[in-house]
Amino acid sequence: MAIKIFKNFFKRVITNLFNSKKEIKLGFYGPPNAGKTSLANRICKDFTGEEIGTVSKIPHETRKVQFKEKVEISYKGKKMVFKMIDTPGIATKIDYEDFLKFKMSKKESKERAKEATQGVIESIKWLDDMDIVVVVLDVGENPYNQVNITIIGNLVARKIPVLIVANKMDLKKADIKKIEAAFPEYDVVGISAKFGDNLEEFYESIFRLSKKI
Amino acid sequence: MVDKKRGANWGKIKGFSIQFLPYSEIKNLDSNERIKKILTIILSNNILILQGKLTSNEESRLIGDTMAMIGYIKNFRGIELAVISGNEENGFFKKITKGIADVLAGGDFSAITVIGPATIVKEMKRNPKKIELLLNR
Repeated sequence: MAIKIFKNFFKRVITNLFNSKKEIKLGFYGPPNAGKTSLANRICKDFTGEEIGTVSKIPHETRKVQFKEKVEISYKGKKMVFKMIDTPGIATKIDYEDFLKFKMSKKESKERAKEATQGVIESIKWLDDMDIVVVVLDVGENPYNQVNITIIGNLVARKIPVLIVANKMDLKKADIKKIEAAFPEYDVVGISAKFGDNLEEFYESIFRLSKKI
Repeated sequence: MVDKKRGANWGKIKGFSIQFLPYSEIKNLDSNERIKKILTIILSNNILILQGKLTSNEESRLIGDTMAMIGYIKNFRGIELAVISGNEENGFFKKITKGIADVLAGGDFSAITVIGPATIVKEMKRNPKKIELLLNR
């Protein structure tokens, strides 16, 4: 543990000495279909002109960790450079039969399920490598899902700053209070990644969180 | 049926069993052994009620191991998992007292962890103070 602390300190000193603009590793975590890739795409498109990955209504569209480096975000005269890391949604169960409902063949569904399980394993491994994490939750889903609690618990244990994003605020029955009540110790920002609503508050929170690294 | 060595089996419902595991059964096991014990119980078509809770790291490892098994074990689709803490203390001194009690006892006995195979448990809904299990037909 002491060796790890010393290594991290040494790494930070060297990075600050030789990099004028430190690239902050910003991870997007959460359950499947919450809108992680949609949010990451919105940010990447705004600041680099390119998206990070594809989105779909079918769960587990992102099945591999996806990256976008040197994303320079400007907000109120301030600039910060990020390495965006979009991760597969974490779930405790994956059933290929769920994909059949979306008119996929049995073979495609089984292949998707297999890739999705590998994606979850990869997501969990990448927890160690983040500087800041945005946990994206669907505002229409139960926030007390154990996956959410496990993800946040792991980030807290690794002392990684967390921002909770309540996505899909454009929906009629959207209620951010449920998420705020479930996670009272954390900043919760309500946004719509689909329509780009309230991203200013999101960027402000990210910049504030970056100072805690 | 009661198995004194393994904890109490509360009853046999069609197709699966509910098994209660006291914290003492896993207290002296390392993380790998705990996860292995839990998955062995789940893979035998049991819904497990564990006194206490796993660490966040153990939970994520349990999820990872579960994912690795899907597709390799016939009819295994994963697990449903929910944890509920009995006493959510809000005051500073109450939190400290609870923390000390947990350390002395070797675990958070006020918590309960429920884990079931996804083929049996369709969904576990957790609200702050309760867990509901919806079973597959």
